[in-house]
Amino acid sequence: MRPAPAEGGHSWFSLARWWAMVSKEFLQLRRDRVTFAMIVGIPIIQLTLFGYAINTDPKHMPTALVVGDRSEFTRSFVAAMHNSDYFRITGELPDEEAGRRALAQGTAQFVLNIPAGFTQRLLRGERPALLLEADASDPTATGAALAASAQLVEGVARKDLSGPYAALAPSPPPFDVLVHRLYNPESVTQYNIVPGLMGVILTMTLVMMTGLAITRERERGTMENLLAMPLTPLEVMTGKIVPYIAIGLVQATIILLAARYVFDVPFVGSVSALYSAALLFIACQLTVGITLSSLAANQLQAMQFTFFYFLPNILLSGFMFPFRGMPEWAQWIGSVLPLTYFNRVVRGILLKGNDWPDLWPSLWPLAVFALVVMAIAVRFYRRTLD
Amino acid sequence: MSGPASMSLSSDAPVGDGSRVPAAPSRDDLVIDVRGLNKSFGDKHVVVDLSMQVRRGEIFGFLGPNGSGKTTSIRLMCGLLTPDAGAGTCLGYDIRTQSAAIKRHVGYMTQRFSFWDDLTLRENLDFVARVYQMDDRAAAVDRALHELGLTGRARQLTGTLSGGWKQRVARASCMLHRPQLLLLDEPTAGVDPNARREFWEELHRLAAQGISVLVSTHYMDEALRCHKLAYIAYGRLLAQGTAAEVIAAQRLTTLEVRGPDLNAFVLRLRGMPGVEQTAAFGDTLHVTGRDRPQLESALAAATQGGGYRITPVDTGLEDVFIHLMQGAADNWAPEASGRQRAA
Ligand SMILES: Nc1ncnc2c1ncn2[C@@H]1O[C@H](COP(=O)(O)OP(=O)(O)OP(=O)(O)O)[C@@H](O)[C@H]1O
Ligand SMILES: [Mg+2]
Repeated sequence: MRPAPAEGGHSWFSLARWWAMVSKEFLQLRRDRVTFAMIVGIPIIQLTLFGYAINTDPKHMPTALVVGDRSEFTRSFVAAMHNSDYFRITGELPDEEAGRRALAQGTAQFVLNIPAGFTQRLLRGERPALLLEADASDPTATGAALAASAQLVEGVARKDLSGPYAALAPSPPPFDVLVHRLYNPESVTQYNIVPGLMGVILTMTLVMMTGLAITRERERGTMENLLAMPLTPLEVMTGKIVPYIAIGLVQATIILLAARYVFDVPFVGSVSALYSAALLFIACQLTVGITLSSLAANQLQAMQFTFFYFLPNILLSGFMFPFRGMPEWAQWIGSVLPLTYFNRVVRGILLKGNDWPDLWPSLWPLAVFALVVMAIAVRFYRRTLD
Repeated sequence: MSGPASMSLSSDAPVGDGSRVPAAPSRDDLVIDVRGLNKSFGDKHVVVDLSMQVRRGEIFGFLGPNGSGKTTSIRLMCGLLTPDAGAGTCLGYDIRTQSAAIKRHVGYMTQRFSFWDDLTLRENLDFVARVYQMDDRAAAVDRALHELGLTGRARQLTGTLSGGWKQRVARASCMLHRPQLLLLDEPTAGVDPNARREFWEELHRLAAQGISVLVSTHYMDEALRCHKLAYIAYGRLLAQGTAAEVIAAQRLTTLEVRGPDLNAFVLRLRGMPGVEQTAAFGDTLHVTGRDRPQLESALAAATQGGGYRITPVDTGLEDVFIHLMQGAADNWAPEASGRQRAA
């Protein structure tokens, strides 16, 4: 028997076969209650954890004093700190050395150093400075308090330097608070968290769910059937991905709604730009998932791969730590992760109102990533049972 | 061209030209033609120099003990596994390079149930019909469900079917797209006798239409229903041909013994020269061996004058297979592979 000429070639992609695959995946997904619960559950849990449980504006933080100068004025400043609600005065320490130790051990979040002769120099108009040292290892914890301390200076100056000292109260405050942030150079604003969560949640759920997609077929024995049918790798892989695109968009919507109406995140930029970027990012994560899935031997291994992928994403993408605060090698790793770019895009759109030209430098890497990884996925898809 | 209906079902000769393709003689008539196939998993040589030809319209039975390499051979033939050595064609397509084309024209039924448990019967069948891009999808699915007698349960999840029914659904699914060649891996395992009979009648109907079938089985009655047989053990093809040819090739003699206390008789036979195997069938005993005079003298010695009646009977297929299996060297046994490594 010779193959009939018309049937010699096999098309790389047939819309009909691909759609068969897509419908099958949708049907199976519809009956998979656990996955369904995960789609909605994970964003809600993460939003609650990161948005509420982790308070980005903590108050009453332990503050120790190193007092080198006692006067009515310094007492008044300390009282004002206390009244601001951000600082809770825990007591006095003998010297600066002890202050550093308290910060290192975490018994104090702040140490206020009042240098000797402060009041005298203040009265002489020399603009002396108080030193406020902060354990800024968690910048979100200290950011708001430090901002508040600047305002304290003005308040105290206006109130206490009235009357006989009124001459010392010119428009620039007569003294400064020097702030030393220890352990972390850069502060993250509180609005970073919720927009950042969008990428994290999409990464986590989408990679995990597609990571299981092919290994599940293999473990259930249905892969042999799938391989025996005239489906091409591209049809199988993209067919398996499509339902999760819809899922990703649902999740993105949940997070955006929460960001807007629950966490009052400013929403400066365009929603359509945001959804387009999200679509691109979802494509990136799904190609990663499907690649892991075709590399993994079983579902457990797929989960482990997912976890390995997830760690650098959450740590090195600028979600947890400021990207520019990381050592260079970490930035190198970070700059091949799609989450890095997506974080910039989301924050750019939501907080800064970035438009296409601003976004382009972060968008094209996402597109390249998706294409390259899809090519890898198709390349590594096992066409046989070997 | 002769019409397919003129074919006799029991004939050993395959249907010559039931197809529209002008049939050239000899090789073009072979739907499976593989030579020298080898496959190893790790250092386990699972298929050894397998050569096999299946002709159009032939029902070809594939037999062998568990783990002998039947499933692996079938996978090699339809391009699901790549052979380490050897080559061949399936439906005229190269098994190494044209597996995509093979897949479109072959219906492969896996040994393990491999349809989707979380899809309904109809959804499973519909998926198959769509993947093969059938024109009359809904009609084909309806017909398949009707023939299965499962129209009323079309919306049932496939995973909730009984084992035998799953088997029948899998069979119907792999025949849905009207393939020219069926590769069936133990299609009747766990299926009741009535359904098995219907299934074999269907196979013969299909064969008469020029469809070829390679079917693996452990049932002797099914082996006898095949036009041709191949017997494989430890990855080696040990016998091939019609049932009669396979039996004749081993030149075995079987003697039937009737009489009192056959258990004791078997014990007395044990270790005697010429006796290769015994098999009890109710109140008779079959004793088989290659060397007829030796076998007869052994039986005479065991009789010891007690009222036994000994008559020569035809050697059965099962006797032959057991003989083949016992004679085959277990080249996978630990000490065998150890020897190979040492050599
Ligand atoms: N993917 C694999 N990896 C390693 N070994 C394998 C693999 N598939 C099969 N084998 C081994 O190859 C041998 C032949 O297996 P195969 O499934 O072909 O046997 P079979 O004749 O179909 O047996 P059965 O009658 O039990 O179905 C077995 O020893 C099996 O352990
Ligand atoms: Mg098998």
